Amino acid sequence: MEKREVFKNSYLAFILAFPTLIILLLFLYYPTFKTFILSFYQVGFLGLSKIFVGIENYITLFTDPNYQQIFYNTFIFVVSNVGLSLGLGLLLAVLANTKVKGWRIYRLLLIWPYALPPAVAGVIFLFMFNTQVGIINYFLGHFIGIKPDWLSNPILAMFVIILASVWKNIGYNVVFYLAALQNLPGDVLEAAEIDGASCWQKFWHITFPLLSPMTLFLLIMDTIAAFFDCFAFVDILTKGGPAGSTTLLIYSIYRDGFEYFKTGMAAAQSVILFIIVVILTILQLRLSKNWVSYSR
Amino acid sequence: MKSKKRIFIHLGLLFSVFVIASPIILAILFSTQTPGEIFSYPPKFIFGSAFLENYKIAWTTFHLGKYMLNSLYIAFAVTIGKTIIAFAAALVLVYFRFSLKNWFFVFILFTLMMPTEIMIVSLFDLVAKIGWANSYAALIVPFLASATGTFLFRQHFLQIPVSLLDAARIDGAGPIRFAWNILLPMSANVIAALAVIEFVYVWNQYLWPLVVIRENSRQMIQIGLRMMITGQDATNWGVVMAGAIISLIPALIVFLLLQEQFSRGFALSQEK
Repeated sequence: MEKREVFKNSYLAFILAFPTLIILLLFLYYPTFKTFILSFYQVGFLGLSKIFVGIENYITLFTDPNYQQIFYNTFIFVVSNVGLSLGLGLLLAVLANTKVKGWRIYRLLLIWPYALPPAVAGVIFLFMFNTQVGIINYFLGHFIGIKPDWLSNPILAMFVIILASVWKNIGYNVVFYLAALQNLPGDVLEAAEIDGASCWQKFWHITFPLLSPMTLFLLIMDTIAAFFDCFAFVDILTKGGPAGSTTLLIYSIYRDGFEYFKTGMAAAQSVILFIIVVILTILQLRLSKNWVSYSR
Repeated sequence: MKSKKRIFIHLGLLFSVFVIASPIILAILFSTQTPGEIFSYPPKFIFGSAFLENYKIAWTTFHLGKYMLNSLYIAFAVTIGKTIIAFAAALVLVYFRFSLKNWFFVFILFTLMMPTEIMIVSLFDLVAKIGWANSYAALIVPFLASATGTFLFRQHFLQIPVSLLDAARIDGAGPIRFAWNILLPMSANVIAALAVIEFVYVWNQYLWPLVVIRENSRQMIQIGLRMMITGQDATNWGVVMAGAIISLIPALIVFLLLQEQFSRGFALSQEK
């Protein structure tokens, strides 16, 4: 790296770096800083009045049952979404890694939903789970004789949101797991096969432990993404209902900030989310450093 | 035994592929049906008779054509702008020596922890103050710089042999000529990878345009799709599904054409 740093024209360096500097400073650093400040204020409708309230917003956040429910909802959503996306992603990647004929086509057909716009996924699920005309209720009614009111039931509504989001996320996990599987040392697996290990034993005692760095990486990336990607699903499918049962943190930030005009509360929630993301990102950077040193 | 296992694997994969694709297959089928056909019992799993009509209504009456143009314009602007700006920043990071360079690196690195969505309230205030509320600038400018793009190029530059740099310098090339004549042609793959990731990202934007654009004629495609379902009771699902397919196609085409670069871009962006 040292040998590459040959140009010493500081003016040119500054000009080249300037767009990045100014945009990141103005549109990322400054709003982040401003969010922290805002979280200590109570802001009136349309920002007409601004009263310093100290940590009152945070106290409300942790004591008000409505906000406690939002944290609980978010926890349930993130854990189920990440768990299912990882598990199914691994399963599909292992299947697609068997070098059967046409695995490239299988791979493509397994990962394409990653490019799917969340709004499209939301709208399609809204139709599929529609109580009267939805295809899901047609099949359930036909075979089991029930027609649940999916989006009006707190548990079922959350289930639909998780399902839509898992559908969209699996592809990302399949891409990475497949890449990791194809880099596994073949000789270890061959040795195990000669020793008479069954498929399950090979997977559980060799493949899975060898994949653990990738699993950790995906666990963190999926978790960060889960906090944000759910917005369109909640907005399109349930608007946070019924009775607040699917209001997730990012949706609550939007609603407090732009519908209820509780800017201070929105900022306080943003700060909480920011702290979560910072912790996860630092963890990820640490781990990826270790990971690089393993592979050398 | 071996071949039996193979058949099971094929069946498992076919089943998974089918399950993953089924919502889209259903959406395509229903996007061609009239309300009568959609409400029929049992549902018809065949192409209906309203294909042209549904897509035409979604395209013109619900203005998806207009929104698609807006989204294309914004996606191209962000993709091209970000590629140039990230390229320049990475050039500085790898090939220049100046006193505050480590700070510049850390400055960019920290922004990995600041997704736009978190700061949405303050970002909106800022954009409104600048006078950009309701403008394309609000949808483009804040996204022109990113840690991902910069590190993608930086990673790539670090793998280019130093000898090429030495040779260029012996020929008397300065930083700009070196970047233009040597780095740029060698970066085609990275540019493609970044372009796909960015295009799909901008195309799928939802929360930010929802907040910042109030005037419908400037809206982006995903919010245009959202507007199609706001009148719940009278929803013509055939038309809505046509809208969903229209909103999906450009992102999907870009992904399918460049999926190798897409996967490679992911692989690159995570090995920082």
